[in-house]
Amino acid sequence: MASSIELREVRVDAPGGEPILRDVALRIPAGQSVAFIGRSGAGKTTSLRLINGLVAPTRGEVLVDDKPLRETDLIALRRRTGYIIQGSGLFPHRTVFENIATIPRLLGWDAARTREAAAEVMNRVGMPFEKFAERRPRSLSGGEQQRVGIARAMVASPSILLCDEPFGALDPIVRRELQDAFRALGSDATIVFVTHDLAEALRVAERVVLFDGGRVVVDAPSRDFVQQKSPLVRQFVASATLPAGWQ
Amino acid sequence: MSPLAVDILKMTGEHVLIVLVAVAVAILIGIPLAIWCTRHKAASRIVLRIIDAIQTIPSLALFGFLIPVPFIGGIGMRTAIVALILYSLLPIVRNTFTGIRGVDPVVRDAGIALGLTRRQLLLQVELPLAMPTIVAGVRIATVVGIGVATIAAAVGGGGLGTFIFRGVAMVDTRLILAGALPAAALALIADVLLSTVERMLVFD
Repeated sequence: MASSIELREVRVDAPGGEPILRDVALRIPAGQSVAFIGRSGAGKTTSLRLINGLVAPTRGEVLVDDKPLRETDLIALRRRTGYIIQGSGLFPHRTVFENIATIPRLLGWDAARTREAAAEVMNRVGMPFEKFAERRPRSLSGGEQQRVGIARAMVASPSILLCDEPFGALDPIVRRELQDAFRALGSDATIVFVTHDLAEALRVAERVVLFDGGRVVVDAPSRDFVQQKSPLVRQFVASATLPAGWQ
Repeated sequence: MSPLAVDILKMTGEHVLIVLVAVAVAILIGIPLAIWCTRHKAASRIVLRIIDAIQTIPSLALFGFLIPVPFIGGIGMRTAIVALILYSLLPIVRNTFTGIRGVDPVVRDAGIALGLTRRQLLLQVELPLAMPTIVAGVRIATVVGIGVATIAAAVGGGGLGTFIFRGVAMVDTRLILAGALPAAALALIADVLLSTVERMLVFD
């Protein structure tokens, strides 16, 4: 079951500086895939981290399934939220299988169910269980680590999938492969995908939200995004290598 | 066996006992203290400063200071152990603190985002990843402790220092070596053993 997400007039202050977010209001219906784009420091990552409670709003409210996070068990919410980040964040002291089994174990699944789910999700991300289960993250390439990161986030069928520049550190070819692998997963979760790459945003999401200076400046369906009149959109379009048919 | 050899064995045993007890107690106090320090930044500075300061007290003076202290001081092995605990705290607390603080923030972040509780994060992520550094601290504490424990004989603490002090008083090199050589051997063995453990705990 996918979850709906809402940021209600959210402000996030930085200690002793300009606010990171100013009055962001955003509603993401259950099952939608949204890309947050913007330059560094625009507020997209902070907005993402509000959703699983890694950042708390100074003012305003964050709601998941119409329930304020203040009244939500954050630990339980995080266990049904996939989180995929740049550099994968895999536990270096654990094998690939143990990494992927993190949430199933926290949820108290039995060994057989955990193993079955891990094998299934590993196959889906192109990392055969027999070949990779007992490897340690450091013995994998960056692209492989990121695939394991995706598998770890997806194994327990999350209702929300938060992706923070997951493919940012990869070379263009691997990046493209992973974007395709990610799309092929066909998750029915609500997806929020942070990236500074417009082409990537359009590839993975049906809706694009552009952040600038801690505000949402454009919020449009992917198909219409490049048509937007905002000068910042023009800049992003100019600097992106868009897939055919998007210009 | 000659009476001296029997004595050397007995004193070596005492020496090992003093160091083992002291390091064990220092681990039991030091690791929780260091964990607490990682969570209380402001207070941690004071705690670490105090532990640093203890380390600067010359060991012979520290043994001397402890003699008049009720309950923990006096003449004998107990004073030796208390002094060694104080010395062992620094490397253990420092290394545990540094080891936990040195965990990749991305990995810690991932742990929180996966829904680990604070306790689970500590036990399943932070401590395992800090373990090589913590063991290095224990190794330093043990090796230094074996050396410092020889001075414990000055307050009647027993151990291999007994030979050294007696040898110095009698200007008997043979007696000094009877204490110094086994102590050096113990330090080397401890260093090799704990270095091996340390290497086994690195995951890369």
